[in-house]
Amino acid sequence: MTGPITALRGNTPGDLVFKLVLALSCGLVLLVAVYPIYFVVIASVSDPTMVSTGQVWLAPRDISWFGYEQIFADSRIWNGYRNTLLYAVVGTALNLLVTMPAAFALSRREFRPRRVLMFFFAFTMFFSGGLIPMYLLLRDLNLLDNWLVFILPSAVNVFNLIIARAFFEYSLPDDLHEAASIDGANYFQFFLKIALPLSMPILSVIGLYYLVQHWNDFFTGLVFVRDYSIQPLQIVLRDILISNQAFSGGAGGAGGAGAGSYAQQYADQIKYGVIVVSTLPVIMLYPFLQRYFEKGVMIGALKG
Amino acid sequence: MTAATAVRPAGERAMRARRRGGAGPARHFRRYWQLWVMVAPAIAFVAVFAYVPMYGLQLAFREFDFTAGITGGDWVGLKYFHQFFESPQFWTLIRNTVVISVSTLVVGFAAPIGLALMINQVVGRRRRKFLQTATYLPHFISIVVIVGMLQVFLSPTSGLITRFAALFGVEGANFLGSEAAFVPVYVISDVWQHAGWNSIIYLAALSRVDPQLYEAARIDGAGRFSIVRHVDVPALVPTMIVLLILNMGNVLNTGFEKIFLMQNPLNLGVSEVIATYVYKIGILANQFSYATAIGLFNTLINFAFLLIANQIAKRVSNTSLW
Repeated sequence: MTGPITALRGNTPGDLVFKLVLALSCGLVLLVAVYPIYFVVIASVSDPTMVSTGQVWLAPRDISWFGYEQIFADSRIWNGYRNTLLYAVVGTALNLLVTMPAAFALSRREFRPRRVLMFFFAFTMFFSGGLIPMYLLLRDLNLLDNWLVFILPSAVNVFNLIIARAFFEYSLPDDLHEAASIDGANYFQFFLKIALPLSMPILSVIGLYYLVQHWNDFFTGLVFVRDYSIQPLQIVLRDILISNQAFSGGAGGAGGAGAGSYAQQYADQIKYGVIVVSTLPVIMLYPFLQRYFEKGVMIGALKG
Repeated sequence: MTAATAVRPAGERAMRARRRGGAGPARHFRRYWQLWVMVAPAIAFVAVFAYVPMYGLQLAFREFDFTAGITGGDWVGLKYFHQFFESPQFWTLIRNTVVISVSTLVVGFAAPIGLALMINQVVGRRRRKFLQTATYLPHFISIVVIVGMLQVFLSPTSGLITRFAALFGVEGANFLGSEAAFVPVYVISDVWQHAGWNSIIYLAALSRVDPQLYEAARIDGAGRFSIVRHVDVPALVPTMIVLLILNMGNVLNTGFEKIFLMQNPLNLGVSEVIATYVYKIGILANQFSYATAIGLFNTLINFAFLLIANQIAKRVSNTSLW
């Protein structure tokens, strides 16, 4: 991919300027993208006073674990963590169980109704009933304040269905199915024994899309759930990061105007720690799966 | 006469069916029942959780009745639409929604293109990969955490960005509590989070450019900048159009979660949008019919924009969604 460009490396003055501008803008982009995340990490383990007076910017200073101690002692975070983990794992399993077979069926060219069915699915991407009918439906189904609300309504993501279907269309030639059916395989066997093993890249991409979707889901908890014991991590995060709710240890709350900057500093350190603790799992998964991710987006782009 | 006309079509249908080698639905299900089994759960979930709410949209034209549930009570026609059009909030909501979504659309549309063109120029596989990985990373951070980061970075007393701004003479600015700063903060943080991820699709398009075009341009004496300008940019146009159409369908769809989380009494004048208003009116104030009507209005406008954009693109460039 870099071949043609390398071959074209020029030495005209214009190209030198170009290279200089390129290097500078790349550096700037890199700094802007990474530094905020890096800063959160170093600020979470540095002395809060150092951070708030601007003395921490390259490396952590006066290491302090105060924030993390507070976080580990706080039951709300771990309760939210446990709930989210449950919803993410069970939810993603259901997502894949529903999405993959459907995508396979819709990818079979000989399956005539697939055009109508694709329209049935795709239409929901552009038109929806909106918030209130959804709320009333979930109320009628007894899903309000029920942990299944985190799993059932989001069982199929049409965008993911389309990506998986495109992958099956692209990677399973018709001959393969013909050969398999001559050997006596029916659709179930063909799907389980041939299609699924060949589709591990797309399975990981779609699986991770769904996993991240569950992990970051804030809306469901906000609108459809009142019972705090089943609330996911993102709701707990909102209370700590944005609503400034106090920690069990008393620290963390902004505490109104009178509390002053001392409480604010500790509140900020807890916030930095909470950001690290809640975001780390997703960020750590991601480099391993990056190449699959790109593949997923590209297949989506080709067919979408 | 009547008997003959009644029989003929049936006979034709049977003949056509025989030519295809089957006898209609029965034969179809015998052959494809397994595919139907595989697609059935997805159909069921979408039918229940997407189409039943659409059916429930009739609530916008009815009086909400607690006992009647999703389909509502007596018909009231366009009462709730009139109520919305005549409400003092109407123009504020429309203006806020359009301003936020159009600025996000314009800036959020241009940034990934620039980024892709830039990354594509970087020589060396590993350097490119590193740059890509670094710019994708923020995409996976949750909206709650993004807004939490904005709060600590933009804190008037100790925030990193506030202190950086102070170097340029802006002392103690309260970016999160100001009407003027709301849209820029929203848009810039959105670009920060998604530009890298959204550039993937353009990088894919750039990787399909025929290398001979680069050679030809080089032989014609083009410098690197004019190669980018005259080879790379035109190669991205079809992708741009498709994404632009898709984005047009979201002109009145602002991200509810992020705006909701960034709202505070100081910026509410510019940050109250249709989506947050529907939530407050419907879920918090229980005016179900009124909120459904506002939501339906929003959906219809978006749908109209999508259709218009698609038609225009079809006329102008032969690229369209359908």
